[in-house]
Amino acid sequence: MTPRYLPAGDAALVVEFGAAIDPALIAAVQALDRAVAAARLPGVVETVPSFRSLMIHYDPLATSAAELAASISALAPADTAPESAGRNWLLPCCYDPAFGPDLDHVSAVTGLGPAEIAVAHAGADFTVAMLGFLPGCPFLAGLDQRFDLPRRTTPRTRLTAGSVAVALRLSVIYPTASPGGWHIIGNCPVPLFDPGRTPPALLAPGDHVRFRAIDAAEHGRIGAAAGFDPVRECRQA
Amino acid sequence: MSDCLVFDRPGLATSIQDRGRFGLQRYGVPVSGALDPLAARLANALVGNDQDEAVLEILAFGPRFTIETASARLALVGSEVGLTINGATVAAGRSVTIGRGARVSVGGFIDSACCALAVAGGFALDPVMGSRSTYARGGFGGLHGRNLAAGDRLALRRPAPPPGPDRRGDAIAYGDGPIRVVPGPQEDWFEPDSLARFFADPYEVTAEADRMGLRLTGPKLVHHGGFNIVSDGISTGAIQVPGSGQPIVLLADHQTIGGYPKLGTVASADLPRLGRCRPGQVLRFAPITVAAAESLRRAQETAFGALIGRIGPVTVIPGPEQLLAANLISGVVSAEPP
Repeated sequence: MTPRYLPAGDAALVVEFGAAIDPALIAAVQALDRAVAAARLPGVVETVPSFRSLMIHYDPLATSAAELAASISALAPADTAPESAGRNWLLPCCYDPAFGPDLDHVSAVTGLGPAEIAVAHAGADFTVAMLGFLPGCPFLAGLDQRFDLPRRTTPRTRLTAGSVAVALRLSVIYPTASPGGWHIIGNCPVPLFDPGRTPPALLAPGDHVRFRAIDAAEHGRIGAAAGFDPVRECRQA
Repeated sequence: MSDCLVFDRPGLATSIQDRGRFGLQRYGVPVSGALDPLAARLANALVGNDQDEAVLEILAFGPRFTIETASARLALVGSEVGLTINGATVAAGRSVTIGRGARVSVGGFIDSACCALAVAGGFALDPVMGSRSTYARGGFGGLHGRNLAAGDRLALRRPAPPPGPDRRGDAIAYGDGPIRVVPGPQEDWFEPDSLARFFADPYEVTAEADRMGLRLTGPKLVHHGGFNIVSDGISTGAIQVPGSGQPIVLLADHQTIGGYPKLGTVASADLPRLGRCRPGQVLRFAPITVAAAESLRRAQETAFGALIGRIGPVTVIPGPEQLLAANLISGVVSAEPP
């Protein structure tokens, strides 16, 4: 897979593998991200993986786009083979209608009943393709074509923290109360972002996520638990 | 009682900012940091701080506060508005050392969207995720994760500045002429005519301008093949164009990832100038290559280093007005600490 090198000003370089949301592209981006991290190239400030490209933020006083592109293309063939990386997580999600205001709409579009939606979502193997939109907000790839539905025509101006939503064969978990345009089918009571934690986000690009259906009572218990440690409670071997 | 600045007026939108929060964009955490980093760095240098120290970033209309420490050395850079200390004006671009009880204010200004106020020794705030920059949308950094509010007490790290004279510096050369833009990464999503127009015609900064970005208005830019791309990374200065065809230039608090085509990215040497842009200001843009933008940035850094090197003691040949001002201030000027 030969990537394109695209300028994003003089402080960021984009290495683009394609134009679609596709597991093979996500894997290629994640592999290059690991290779760039391992190579410790001078002048690289940070990297941001997304669905189909890796953005490399650099210090133009320490390197240049041309130098970086040369270094990266030199390491690309050897070190970007997809490999199994990332941690495994099992996150609780309550698919109770009280937490899923869009279950009916998703049901109407997909032809699945609310219970079947929960089973399909909790049965999917997700990969964290990227985080963004909000600090700690994961974009999870892994739903089948039944969930290839467009975003809401009118985004909600405010939704509840922990809302689990679907669109475009993807799922997101909104870590904090915010506006949002995806279809909410449940709620995950696990805190996904904590500025006092290192790193602040529970999930990282390349991690693997599955959901576990819980009832409203368990959702309440987890949400109210003082000192709930999401790493201890949700990290899988 | 702790050494602090006590704010009875917060200003329109005053926040703590340093160089920004790096390494966490992969987790969706914006960089933030000063809109005009050159002003913040010079203000810090004038008061003897490390250039990366956190400053007060002031937008449009400034705060009013009282010095509740033995002595404080301040410098304001980025607007000619300067400081008002017990009613007397102290010019921007120099430090001033004042004592307990002095009343300091920054009025309204229109020569820039922002300016920076540094205090010798910096603020006694713990970094959050490696930075003291405020990201108000996320509710973290700075003072309680928000802009300053009336009644805030902003603790200082030192009760008094180190001995030494006040210092002044030359004005920062921000450059003029069109804002330089490196086309890409999605310039191929636009009709060629539209791209040509973007670089030929003026665009005006609208009232929708904040730390996230500047919405511009001007000739409509036409996408071919839609305006929703598969989301990818965003760098500061990216010019994204949603379905309206009106560009948005993204600034320090921009999101890390976005789904609109980006026709280009402002050269990093022009980001301080961009951060200073106010609603109503008319901008022109010119395309340059990455290599040219990198050279511009290196030249800017060399020139800025020279400007820092020319910082020297304040020497005033006093006229009647200055004498009057000096007298007004002398009541609060502290003796140099031992």
